[in-house]
Amino acid sequence: MAKRRLVLTFPPEVVERPVVAMLVKDYDIITNILRAEIHEGEIGRMLVELDGQAKRIREAVKHLEELGVEVEDAITDIELDDTECISCGACTAVCLPGALKVEGPGWELELDKQRCILCGLCVDACPLQLITVKF
Amino acid sequence: MAKTFEEINQRIRKGEAVVLSADEMTELVKSEGAKKAAQKVDVVTTGTFGPMCSSGAFVNFGHSDPPIKMSKVWMNDVPVCADLAAVDAYIGATALSDSEGMLYGGAHVIEDLVDGRWVKLRATAYGTDCYPLREIETWVNRDTVNQAYLFNPRNSYQNYACATNGSDHTIYTYMGVLLPKYGNATYCSAGQLSPLLNDPYYRTIGLGTRIFLGGGEGFVSWQGTQHKPTVERSPGGTPVGPAGALALIGDLKRMDRRFLRGARFHRYGVSLYVGVGIPIPILDEEMAAFTGVADGDIETSVFDYSQPVRARQPLGRVNYGELRKGTIEIDGRNVGCAPLSSYKVAREIAGILKGWIEEGKFLLSAPVEPLPAEGGVLPLEVRSKEGI
Ligand code: SF4
Ligand code: SF4
Repeated sequence: MAKRRLVLTFPPEVVERPVVAMLVKDYDIITNILRAEIHEGEIGRMLVELDGQAKRIREAVKHLEELGVEVEDAITDIELDDTECISCGACTAVCLPGALKVEGPGWELELDKQRCILCGLCVDACPLQLITVKF
Repeated sequence: MAKTFEEINQRIRKGEAVVLSADEMTELVKSEGAKKAAQKVDVVTTGTFGPMCSSGAFVNFGHSDPPIKMSKVWMNDVPVCADLAAVDAYIGATALSDSEGMLYGGAHVIEDLVDGRWVKLRATAYGTDCYPLREIETWVNRDTVNQAYLFNPRNSYQNYACATNGSDHTIYTYMGVLLPKYGNATYCSAGQLSPLLNDPYYRTIGLGTRIFLGGGEGFVSWQGTQHKPTVERSPGGTPVGPAGALALIGDLKRMDRRFLRGARFHRYGVSLYVGVGIPIPILDEEMAAFTGVADGDIETSVFDYSQPVRARQPLGRVNYGELRKGTIEIDGRNVGCAPLSSYKVAREIAGILKGWIEEGKFLLSAPVEPLPAEGGVLPLEVRSKEGI
């Protein structure tokens, strides 16, 4: 079994297709929608966590791409300039999923991209403006 | 047996001084007691690296030809105060850029200067017989200006509040982004590493104390603005909220950007992260006990920052042991909490200062004058001319 976090971008003509149902039914993938911004007739984006067989997930991704859905690994959508980071912790205050943490013994900022839901709250919270989030 | 500053300095000169960081001292006092620790240790080094709005730098630009008596001055488009002699100015950390607003401010200008970068200087003047020039535009950096020294009216606050938000919308404060309905809480003190929490009654820190400031050397020059020693204190002597504060001075030209960083708090404004480290001589058992203070002994009060009033009622009391673990209890519910001041860099500062003292490069200076041990803070009342 494998888990992957993907950002799906839908062109207008695909927005209204039942893709999530397709993933579940045809590929046996547990699909957890972490965030979604979809408006009828417009481009929509969705952050999903797929849980299933690695092979089935690959097939599903291929199918989505054939439908015109753009598929990206979610971890590429958050960037942190860690060479400039002072590990103050201000960003961790707003990171409810706990992707950003400053903890002992080192008290150094750590970003676990796998836990990030691309909410973007940390972007404004960083006093040094070191984080960028695309969603 | 009590030691004097001079005896400790003798040991530092000979390279024999035993120096511990405040973290290490906390461990030692816990395991061996204050009495033994006092015999073993000569100096404890502290450190803090947090946003300190009441900061700034004096600069003297040198005279142009023909000369100008600058009246309005901008550095990288940030207005700086030049209401001093002809080419003296004070860069206030929180001044905002005319063109970039909150994204760049006085604190960033200071960081750029420290880093040796070129800064655009623009000034206008009304012109006088002896200073005829009315406008100038040029570039300056750390090495082209005469003096550049940090002078921070209030730094190194002895403890600070813990902030949360009880309203139903996100608020943007100098304590960071606070999420609605007690969604989070922030705090801003190095706790057991923080200078004034290790000398709670200002026995050794006073005017003239030599310190680590922004990566170079500096001095305590005065009591900080809003210095408020008369406050409620925990059993160990540490105050339960903002109390004492220091005015600090030091040569900007010898500082390092790693310990002086411009910052912007979203929808609040610009501030300067300042690195401060203060050595504390272990003169006797009492100083050993003070510097042995642990995060669990240091308390602070939690306030709801959505109430925009001067006298907010505290929601409760927490200690830094709890805060460091990342969750506190407010109103019976668990609230995640996060720091704003960097514990990692605070430790680094205490470590660097420890190294300087061990190598005999940094001697302690006894205060020329102690900080006031008593006093409070006056509010600003709105008065009418008839009412005064
Ligand atoms: S985008 Fe949201 S979830 Fe991701 S790291 Fe930032 S605050 Fe955390
Ligand atoms: S808020 Fe910015 S500087 Fe501070 S720890 Fe987070 S990323 Fe680093």
